[in-house]
Amino acid sequence: MPSLNEYLMVSGLLFAIGLAGVLFRRNIIVIFMCLEIMLSAANLSLVAFSRFSGQGGLPDYDAQVLVFFVITVAAAEVAVGLAIIVALFRARRTVHVEDLTSMRG
Amino acid sequence: MTTAFLILLLPLVSALAILLGVKRNPGASALVSVGSAGLCFLLALPLLGADNDAAGSFTWLAVGGLRLEIGLEVGGLARGMLLVVTLVGLLVHVFSMGYMRDDEAKARYFAGLSLFMFSMTGIVLADNLAMMFIFWELVGVSSYLLIGHWFQKNSAAEASKKAFLVNRIGDFGFMIGILLLWGSLGTVNFGEMAGRLSEGGYDATLMNWAMVCIFCGAVGKSAQVPLHVWLPDAMEGPTPVSALIHAATMVAAGVFMLAKMAFVIAVAPTAAGVVQHVGALTALLAALLATQQADIKKILAYSTLSQLGYMVMAVGFAGAQHGGAAVGEVAANSGFFHLYTHAFFKALLFLGSGAIIYACHHEQDIWKMGGLRRSMPATAATFLIGTAALAGLPPLSGFWSKDSVLALAWDNNPLLFAVGAFTAFLTAFYMTRLCVVVFFGEPRGGGARGAKEVAPVMLAPLYVLAAGAVVAGFPFAYGWFIGGGGAGIAHPHGGKALFLTILIGLALAGIAAGYLLYRDREEEPFPLKALADKLYIDEAYLVVVRVFQDAVAYVAKSVDQLLIDGLLVRGSARLAAGVGGLLRGMQVGNLQGYAFLFGLGVVFVIYIITTAVR
Repeated sequence: MPSLNEYLMVSGLLFAIGLAGVLFRRNIIVIFMCLEIMLSAANLSLVAFSRFSGQGGLPDYDAQVLVFFVITVAAAEVAVGLAIIVALFRARRTVHVEDLTSMRG
Repeated sequence: MTTAFLILLLPLVSALAILLGVKRNPGASALVSVGSAGLCFLLALPLLGADNDAAGSFTWLAVGGLRLEIGLEVGGLARGMLLVVTLVGLLVHVFSMGYMRDDEAKARYFAGLSLFMFSMTGIVLADNLAMMFIFWELVGVSSYLLIGHWFQKNSAAEASKKAFLVNRIGDFGFMIGILLLWGSLGTVNFGEMAGRLSEGGYDATLMNWAMVCIFCGAVGKSAQVPLHVWLPDAMEGPTPVSALIHAATMVAAGVFMLAKMAFVIAVAPTAAGVVQHVGALTALLAALLATQQADIKKILAYSTLSQLGYMVMAVGFAGAQHGGAAVGEVAANSGFFHLYTHAFFKALLFLGSGAIIYACHHEQDIWKMGGLRRSMPATAATFLIGTAALAGLPPLSGFWSKDSVLALAWDNNPLLFAVGAFTAFLTAFYMTRLCVVVFFGEPRGGGARGAKEVAPVMLAPLYVLAAGAVVAGFPFAYGWFIGGGGAGIAHPHGGKALFLTILIGLALAGIAAGYLLYRDREEEPFPLKALADKLYIDEAYLVVVRVFQDAVAYVAKSVDQLLIDGLLVRGSARLAAGVGGLLRGMQVGNLQGYAFLFGLGVVFVIYIITTAVR
């Protein structure tokens, strides 16, 4: 059975991949997916901590409950996010973030 | 409710009644005002003999250790001063009924007179400096209102403003002096202050400063050098006002206050020296200026200044020693002696000049008068009595009081005696000049040719004042005014015959010189432009004020431009713009840029939290 460190390592890798995607990819849909990867990384570490911090052979289910909440909220967020992206695409005819610079100060 | 309170409040009631009630009826207004003045005089008479020192007081304001009381005391000099104020006030009220008969704003005039009577009575009866200061300012206000009675005339409006502003300068010093005394003695009540001083343990230097500051108030109100400039201009007011306020009572309030404060002067020798010398300088300077004026009221105004200088000088000798004993009260009494004799003969002269001006259809230039002794014999006779009294001819009142003033100088300071004696000579000279030019010779102007004797209502006050000018100097009269409790008045110690010879000789010499030099002249035979133009003191003040104003304006402008505009207003704008520009750099407008910065921020926050926790 893998140890907690290995789980956290995988979780950290996932988070880093997601962050790199958010920072460096151009396509806004890909950025959005990378965001979801970051959320998954967080979920993974929560579940791992839950598994390894149990008492008397039983895991601490608090974190797992929290993960369910994160997943449901993330689902709602995806719906809203995708809707925004669709609206954005309709307005600007692009999904490339370099083209969206109207907020420059 | 004591008589004193009644005397104080009656004129106020009269002023309010006129302003709020009978304003539209000038005749009734005059009657109300004259009635209140008459009643005050009658009420004041019984107080003369009574030994009613404190007339009750109540606390007006109590803040911490400071307790201000409104209290009246009718004792010592206040009794005589009350009689002077009410008597001269009554006569001037009566005279005004004739003089202001056809004035458009008669009601306002009489309301002003009543307000003045209220304020002046307050000064006279006040039992502490704080209350005196309040009424001191009130007489300033009423003087302002009455000088500016004919405010349509620009010169009158300017003169009233000038009088008020110049007085403010002196009053500022007065207030500082009161605060110094309160700070060092813990009370401003006259009786209590005298008690504290007699106990000793006060700071002598502080007393000197306090007295000099308080003297500033007298310099302003009694128009001493260098604040004398307002009084000649104040002659723009109606002549009865000049007689009452600017000759007999208000300007004498400074001397009265000094006389009441004689116990402080007695322990403040340096301040006493200042008082003496300022008084002597005023006496001399004003007498010099009076010799060259052409306006009858200006001559009398400078003469008033000069006589006030005498009084101030006399009170200043309260600090002197004679034969090991402090002169104190004697000096105060002598100054007050001259104050009330002067009140009689100067009010007489002013009202006389008012009668002349009235008869000559508001002509004030003496060179356009002449020959009036034939057309106005009664006025001329009373005026000559006033002149003789002012010149110091025995046995008229001015002789006795001037002698008692000069006796102090004779005993204590030969230089000041010389100045005072020379001033006495000048006084006789310029008054003779005035009389010779106005009453003798031939009429030189249309006004003088058509002059007729004035109405009895205006003559009656002249007769009463003339009688006062004759007898006020006799011992029985100063027994009334100064009271048996006083330590008497000053007489020369030694050399009495020489002293009297000098004074009478100088008065006669002045009269002879004035008569010989000005007999049958058509115009000023010896024009001295510098003196006629008041030695350019007014002009010098204008320059000083302008230079000072320019300097202040320059400083204010620099501060405004550099500090306010440059640093505060524009500085804050520049600061906001700079910070904004700095923060604007973060708004890259790129989604990923924001994400990156956000990530950096999170890392930074985590770093802070972890290090702080550890």
